[in-house]
Amino acid sequence: MDSKAYLYFENGSLYEANSFGYKIDKPYLSEIVFNTSMQGYQEILTDPSYCSQSLVMTYPSIGNYGINLEDNESITPHIKTLIVKDYCKDPSNFRSRLTLQSFLQNNQVHGLSNLDTRSITKLIRSIGSSKIVISNNLLNTHDLNELFLKELETNQVSKVSTKSTLHFSNSTGPRVVIIDYGYKKNILESLIERNCDVSIVPFNTTFEEIMSLSPSGVVLSNGPGDPNSIKDCAETIQKLQTKIPIFGICMGHQLFAIANGAKTEKMVFGNRGANHPVKNLTSNKIYLTSQNHGYCVSKKSVQNTELETTEVNLNDGTIEGLKHKKLPCFSVQYHPESAPGPNDTKFLFDLFINNLKGV
Amino acid sequence: MPKRIDLKKVLVIGSGPIVIGQAAEFDYSGTQALNTLKDEGIKTVLINSNPATIMTDTDIADKVYLEPLTCDFLKKVIIKERPDAILPTLGGQTALNLALTLSEDGFLEKENIELLGVNLETIKKAEDREEFKQLMLQMNEPIPESTTVNSAEEAKHFLKKNGLPLIIRPAFTLGGAGGGIANSEKEFFNILNTGISSSPINQCLIEKSIAGFKEIEYEIIRDKNDNCIVVCNMENIDPVGIHTGDSIVVAPSQTLSDKDHQLLRDVSLKLVRELKIEGGCNVQLALDPNSFEYYIIEVNPRVSRSSALASKATGYPIAQVATLISLGYTLDEIINPITKNTYACFEPALDYIVTKIPRWPFDKFHSADRRLGTQMMATGEVMAIGRTFEESFLKAIRGLEIKRDHIDYDKLTHVQTNELIQKVQNPTDERIFELGELLRRQVSVQELHSLTKIDLWFLNKIRNIISIESELKNQYLNKEILLRAKKHGFSDSYISRIKNLDENKLRNIRKEHSIIPIYKMVDTCSAEFESKTPYFYSTYETENESTKLNEESVIVLGSGPIRIGQGVEFDYATVHCIKAIKELGKKAIVINNNPETVSTDFNISDKLYFEAVTFEDVMNVIELEEPIGVICQFGGQTAINLIERLEKAGVRVLGSSFNSTDLSENRERFEKELTNLDIAQPLGSMASSTNSALEKAQKLGYPLMLRPSYVIGGQAMQIVYSDQELENYMKYSLDVWPNQPVLIDRYMIGVEVEVDAICDGENVFIPGIMEHIERSGVHSGDSFAVYPPQNLSNEIKNNLIDITTRISIKFKIIGLVNIQFIVKKNKVYVLEVNPRSSRTVPFLSKVTKFKMANIATKAILGRSLKSQGLKPGLQAESDMISIKAPVFSFTKLKNVDSALGPEMKSTGEAMGRDKTIQKALNKAFKSAGIDFPLYGTVLVTVADKHKSEVLPMLKRFTNCGFKLMATPGTAKFLESNNLKSQLTQKINFQTRNLIDEIKDGNVQLIINTITKGKNVESDGYIMRKTAVENGVICMTSLDTTMALLEAIELFSLDAIHI
Repeated sequence: MDSKAYLYFENGSLYEANSFGYKIDKPYLSEIVFNTSMQGYQEILTDPSYCSQSLVMTYPSIGNYGINLEDNESITPHIKTLIVKDYCKDPSNFRSRLTLQSFLQNNQVHGLSNLDTRSITKLIRSIGSSKIVISNNLLNTHDLNELFLKELETNQVSKVSTKSTLHFSNSTGPRVVIIDYGYKKNILESLIERNCDVSIVPFNTTFEEIMSLSPSGVVLSNGPGDPNSIKDCAETIQKLQTKIPIFGICMGHQLFAIANGAKTEKMVFGNRGANHPVKNLTSNKIYLTSQNHGYCVSKKSVQNTELETTEVNLNDGTIEGLKHKKLPCFSVQYHPESAPGPNDTKFLFDLFINNLKGV
Repeated sequence: MPKRIDLKKVLVIGSGPIVIGQAAEFDYSGTQALNTLKDEGIKTVLINSNPATIMTDTDIADKVYLEPLTCDFLKKVIIKERPDAILPTLGGQTALNLALTLSEDGFLEKENIELLGVNLETIKKAEDREEFKQLMLQMNEPIPESTTVNSAEEAKHFLKKNGLPLIIRPAFTLGGAGGGIANSEKEFFNILNTGISSSPINQCLIEKSIAGFKEIEYEIIRDKNDNCIVVCNMENIDPVGIHTGDSIVVAPSQTLSDKDHQLLRDVSLKLVRELKIEGGCNVQLALDPNSFEYYIIEVNPRVSRSSALASKATGYPIAQVATLISLGYTLDEIINPITKNTYACFEPALDYIVTKIPRWPFDKFHSADRRLGTQMMATGEVMAIGRTFEESFLKAIRGLEIKRDHIDYDKLTHVQTNELIQKVQNPTDERIFELGELLRRQVSVQELHSLTKIDLWFLNKIRNIISIESELKNQYLNKEILLRAKKHGFSDSYISRIKNLDENKLRNIRKEHSIIPIYKMVDTCSAEFESKTPYFYSTYETENESTKLNEESVIVLGSGPIRIGQGVEFDYATVHCIKAIKELGKKAIVINNNPETVSTDFNISDKLYFEAVTFEDVMNVIELEEPIGVICQFGGQTAINLIERLEKAGVRVLGSSFNSTDLSENRERFEKELTNLDIAQPLGSMASSTNSALEKAQKLGYPLMLRPSYVIGGQAMQIVYSDQELENYMKYSLDVWPNQPVLIDRYMIGVEVEVDAICDGENVFIPGIMEHIERSGVHSGDSFAVYPPQNLSNEIKNNLIDITTRISIKFKIIGLVNIQFIVKKNKVYVLEVNPRSSRTVPFLSKVTKFKMANIATKAILGRSLKSQGLKPGLQAESDMISIKAPVFSFTKLKNVDSALGPEMKSTGEAMGRDKTIQKALNKAFKSAGIDFPLYGTVLVTVADKHKSEVLPMLKRFTNCGFKLMATPGTAKFLESNNLKSQLTQKINFQTRNLIDEIKDGNVQLIINTITKGKNVESDGYIMRKTAVENGVICMTSLDTTMALLEAIELFSLDAIHI
């Protein structure tokens, strides 16, 4: 029988749950967010952008097709807690090798189940992504307040970024550097599919170190947390963009904006899911995109910069794409590499490759 | 881009009568489309021959033509109305085919009329097998490999290359007759040889079998800017091999990883883009459960049954959005009507699981071949929503109206395991119950998976249900197990059954433990955005999102899945009831579980609870909403059957009470009441045992009409002529309906007459009287009904008015009542009284222009007929003649006798309306899809007792230029009456007989009144079956034959010599 667990919000809301993943031995604080994807929980769990967060999956049955050997987006998950209505104990899929439960246990991810996830989602929607405390037993007000007084982590990027340069090459194609703020494996795969020679470098690699690899272009990866926590990285980007084409994704997009004088802001509860419509302002076409972000580039801050808004979110109007007015550099807030989610915008990698050829 | 401004008037083509494969979903999509066009300021014209639809109401379209859906009539409507464009994508295959024909013969071009939402090339590419195959090859997309052969020799190469199993499909045979799946070489050549000989062009298509693959569907919408989205994907629990309309389906897919899903999503979008479809579209795919290998099964370039399901499953109104797209809007310009603050250009995210289960007609057709395959047989479906698969699955089962409240079936407990194992490999409608039983006997999910290829995920979930079941059985009923069972969808009635408790007692225990359902909203976005849609489903969790309405509300019970006897007519009345409640300034709350219908469109009522219409589910809503009352009389027998229990539970049932129902159904009370009123009725009685039935039969004398009480649509109604037949019947009826006594009536032959009336407690309003063309003995639902009656004297009519009025008052009818009469030798007898809305209410409402369900609802809510400005009694009769014709689906079912009798067999209705009876009959037949011949050969095989009656008709047929054909006995009789006929032999005759004549196309019309009955081996049955398979009209009633003759004579040129 699963043991009990408790989920506390700062406003006093309490949800009782069953604990099904890695054993909870002491209460902990984290940020809670939700994702509306109906498939793709393995990719989501292993997306480094969820580092230290507690994630609610709004789809009620998670783990249906188990865990396979191919769909991880990073070697280990960095997520703190997975919160689901119901998890599947008997997965079924030809690639399944492990149940969700075993995966969480093996990778020290806590799991909560058997709670009203829709109610929690609505709460997050109204109060925004917020601090929560998860505990294996009921807490007294004092202990709880102590926990809530603590600050959330801010050093997630340094936690998830590679410590040394990694090199992937079996081709003579264009040489691309990914600056790793917490990259998803499918960014790498998408470049390799296009015959690129890829190096992945730590987030704080200097301009000179990067240029010494003589890349034709740079991809700024996605990553966890607030882009302002690694503001210094923007300087490197400023230098790089004058030399070689840049393609920013998610946090990479936000850093690209900061590098060009724009600002970012925290959203109420962010966009996390696989069904976000994005409108291209040039073609007027709509693409369905995969998203995972709690910060966005503030609209006003883009005015009076060298940046031009290329795409917006059809629903909330937030900036989804930017390009430099003069340089062959562009960025998107969403995940063109999908995994999980629609492949509608994979062509952006081709655009990037075309930019490289122009150099 | 804004919408087009050049479109001022648009013609919408409906889908016609309800048949298997084309049901109420097109009333739902058509109504949504018409409302959308109207909102956009466009004038609308509708043609549809089905009066039992909301879309044919004059407040939905600006102009409604209830005319036959044939090219001739369509052209006439077009010439008269001169629309700018035609919207043919919301009326099913019928509408699409009609539009195609008009386009192909150059008519549309000549008249300068545009087709919206489709182009010819697209339809051809999507629907023509060969063109589709070419397109797939060109796009490099896989379809099951196939080849056409004319001999076994030619097939050898394909067999060698692809191996077994292979599917053999003979060309141009109806319903795939003569084909099959071959698993061995011997079987292959056997089927192939039969197939080649049964094909008129001696050709077979051989196809690689992908039976056992996962069957996945994508519902897609595309606009002119090439924006393309997936509204919903759905997974069939039954793997490839069973028609998706006959499969249990879940949404969203459960066993696909994101990679699997994106693979299929990409290919679906690619296809729809290649076909340049603008609007809704459905793509069906097969996915190998063991690899990423997939095949495209088919593309439907229009709104379909699946889109109705997807709309209800997600909340996304596909028909509305498709209509707006056809007017030139793009997806990013259309607001999502659910959230009202996001756009239609997104893919809904569900936070619940939807299960659809088909509703099959085998409870009506006992002899039918129940094996499921590539031909759809279901007449309707139910949908259920839950937060776990188990919950949604069990909710769907209990909503099916098949007397099951759980995945168990007592009759299977006596079946040997080996036999059950055989059964699950040859799937029928009962397979889920067989699977449940096998799991209960500890057969492993692995074994069941290898036997059925049903994905382990689903089997494990069903096993989970079975294990909760055994915990329930073996433990003391504590809070924990009860809550777990409820979270997994277990019904109160099942739990109380196995715990030997009264259901009400269990209900109280449940409430004591505070185990009460809460309601969640269907919002298309998993709560990501705020939404105010009043669309709810129940579940057992913490937060309730449905709060009691502040205003006075009324709950309306819907009629559940469409089945024979309870069709779209009841949804029509339900919708009118809802509208009337709103007109009176009260809030209307609807409970129903049929995804195909207008009543479950979230825009219709003030609040929609998508729930099964069972006591438990209805009471739960009542306890939350505390309405001023519940209206049951529009939801057919489903809702009527709840009245007694609801009243006992203290609920205020608005309109006729249980007492009225019981008076009508309780034979003794009924008889006594009528005797007191001095109203004649066929002698009758009631029996609860075979012995008492035999005793009663002795007194009444044969023939007798038998039926179980409290059953709609003449279900199991039968005429018996002997003790033996009576005994057989009693055994069957008491087995199926153990607690329902059998009604035994003298079978009386006469003119059948039907009246629908409305009573407010004081006065009785009769919009019209209908006279049946077929005399008694043919179920009223299968009869042609004529309004106004053509053969009734004023005296008889006055008598009918008087009886209707007196019964309504005496039975304390409030609202609608339907009374069936027999008129014999100028005397009126009452056959039955139904204190509820009937099948004829929509028809009569359309032809008399009195919105009967609306008037009745207002009467129920206390507005007297007089205050509604209505004068009691029979209303003035129209000078237009309207005829309601039954429509059958016999070509879709195997081993079903098409002979008409007291048990209802039709699936739908159509109408014909004109100034003379002949013209109206002509239209009625054509609307019903009976394309009668104007010359040719009539095959006559009639019973001796009918011979003298048929003779004058045959003379008239020969006067029209028809030739006659008859078997020796009849031929001799005809000859002695100076009628020449061609001789043919009876079926048992070895060499050439009448079956060959039918097959060879030598017969255009059959008149057959012999060997009716339940014996499927009889000659008559084989002949009727051959007629159905070969599309030859077969008349089993002389009255219908006479009507047909009248219509034929309308066209017969009479050259008269001097």
